Amino acid sequence: MTGDTESSIAELRGATKRFGDVVAARNLNLSIRRGEFLSFLGPSGCGKTTALRMLAGFEAPTDGDIYLDGQRVNDVPAHQRPVNMVFQHYALFPHLTVAENISYGLRQRRPKPPAAEVAAAVARALETVRLPDFGPRRIWEMSGGQQQRVALARAIINEPKLLLLDEPMAALDKKLRHDMQIELQTLQRQLGITFVLVTHDQEEALSMSDRICIMRDGEIVQTGSPRDLYDRPKNRYVADFVGKSNFFAGRVESLEGETAKLTGPGGLSFIGYAGDGVGAGQPGLASLRPEQISLTRGTDGVPVSVVNRIFLGEHTEYLVRNPDLGQFLILASRQAEAGEGNLEPGETGSVRWRDGAALILKND
Amino acid sequence: MRIYALGVYLFLYIPIGVIAVFSFNAGRYAAQLQGFSTQWYGKALSNPFVMEALQTSATVAAASAVLATIAGTLAALALQGVSGRPRMIFDALLYIAVMVPGIVIGISTLIALVTLFDWINPVVASLWPVADAAPQFHLGTGSLIAAHGLFAMALVVIIVRARVAGMDRSLIEASADLGATPFGTFRQVTLPQIFPAILAGFLLSFTFSFDDFIIAFFVAGSETTLPIYVFSSIRRGVTPEINAIGTMVLAVSLLILIVAQTILQRGRRAQPA
Repeated sequence: MTGDTESSIAELRGATKRFGDVVAARNLNLSIRRGEFLSFLGPSGCGKTTALRMLAGFEAPTDGDIYLDGQRVNDVPAHQRPVNMVFQHYALFPHLTVAENISYGLRQRRPKPPAAEVAAAVARALETVRLPDFGPRRIWEMSGGQQQRVALARAIINEPKLLLLDEPMAALDKKLRHDMQIELQTLQRQLGITFVLVTHDQEEALSMSDRICIMRDGEIVQTGSPRDLYDRPKNRYVADFVGKSNFFAGRVESLEGETAKLTGPGGLSFIGYAGDGVGAGQPGLASLRPEQISLTRGTDGVPVSVVNRIFLGEHTEYLVRNPDLGQFLILASRQAEAGEGNLEPGETGSVRWRDGAALILKND
Repeated sequence: MRIYALGVYLFLYIPIGVIAVFSFNAGRYAAQLQGFSTQWYGKALSNPFVMEALQTSATVAAASAVLATIAGTLAALALQGVSGRPRMIFDALLYIAVMVPGIVIGISTLIALVTLFDWINPVVASLWPVADAAPQFHLGTGSLIAAHGLFAMALVVIIVRARVAGMDRSLIEASADLGATPFGTFRQVTLPQIFPAILAGFLLSFTFSFDDFIIAFFVAGSETTLPIYVFSSIRRGVTPEINAIGTMVLAVSLLILIVAQTILQRGRRAQPA
């Protein structure tokens, strides 16, 4: 049996990894598309790194199979896989120069490529990561951001079928991380290499990926585009992990096709897309994104009092309180607030949301 | 408190200082200084017994250090793959080997070797075509190398293993990820990373063997190492010549220890933070 080599470059088929009694990854099924930017997203210990390490060849699956470009590679050791990795702490060789680090992969090939060819490839790779002339430097002379570029150059010079990135931004400060995210995305499009990123940072995953694979407790919860996951989360876990959300418990009144209606606290009704396992008459959960709620000074809505307000520049985040709903968040854009004037903590106003703005999820 | 510390240091180093000072004494009595001279160094270095003992010591130190370094490094690398109970047992045995007093190692090595030779010599003789020409195993340079090598091996294992343990595991994975075979990874990544520790282990093993008296005293047989020579000369009274030898041994040992320490320090600095 071979994979669908037309569109998928790598596949996990029922891949399971046990370490003793601990199941680090359970029955992972995922097809990675050629040329896409895919992220594994989840908290630490969710199995995302294990999934990556199985693709790299550092861990062999206990059960199931790993396919690379249509070939089953369960028993192919890491050094024979056409896959390269950018390690969390870069794992640059401290006893080699920048150029020697970058050329390491090429120098392992048999027959050995000519020295001039290697030098030219290193120069191109350094150019690609915008570190020209840094070749003779020692690793410890480079800053964290520069070291990361070296690690990237060292991986892409081999033109791998998959480039694996293990939380590559974790060690960078926030500003640098943002720059690097943009750069990585640009690089991925320019090179056409399939990127697989592991991260626990939802913003990073949302901003960079074509698709995100959300994991929990060693299992894949949902795979989809960032927009899919944001607008159509399968369950509370995904809704909570991808973006911020307010949750209100209630009872599902009706379910028609994909749309459900839930009656929440104080008899308030929430209408929207129904997630997995939602059934009429069952207890359910309404998820309402902070930006879907509008706050006004008027009285024609659900009355709230402002508890706290955080100015975020383009947006203002309000923490408000209603006797039935409890405390919840509202994100108001500057435009929406224009003319209304800011509500100060302690003031009262009213909130409303459109029909269809909510998501109705199973309460689990 | 400071005076107390000063007293301890004086107590430790005054005898060594006295030996060094008196080695440059012009007079021939150890008790009184009579001006500066390097004549005793010349005398020591032209004494054929001293030179022979020095040669034996150097040979034994070099050979045992090479053996200990190779075996110790391989053991340290192999121990990385051992965990749990077997690892605890190996560790305990290693530290015991380092902590056991020299005299115990000396006596036990002597008994072991003599027993072994008593058993093996007749066997070899009976198998040899011409019985009288059969080689006889006896105590000497070989047994010195074996005894020192064994002890020093434990030192090398401990030094190298600290370095191996401090090494970033992901470097080895990165090397494999970039297509290096397991041997290629060992040659290009592991070895350069642990080399400072290997070199330091070699130098410490050399100094240990070169300076050792107790173990050598038991297993040297008819051979005379430099410390054994010094010991037997002292019985005829401390001469400035002995002071000169002592000072030279001290200087060489200190130099090697400083070099070893510097190598270890620099190696540590080169590791990523």
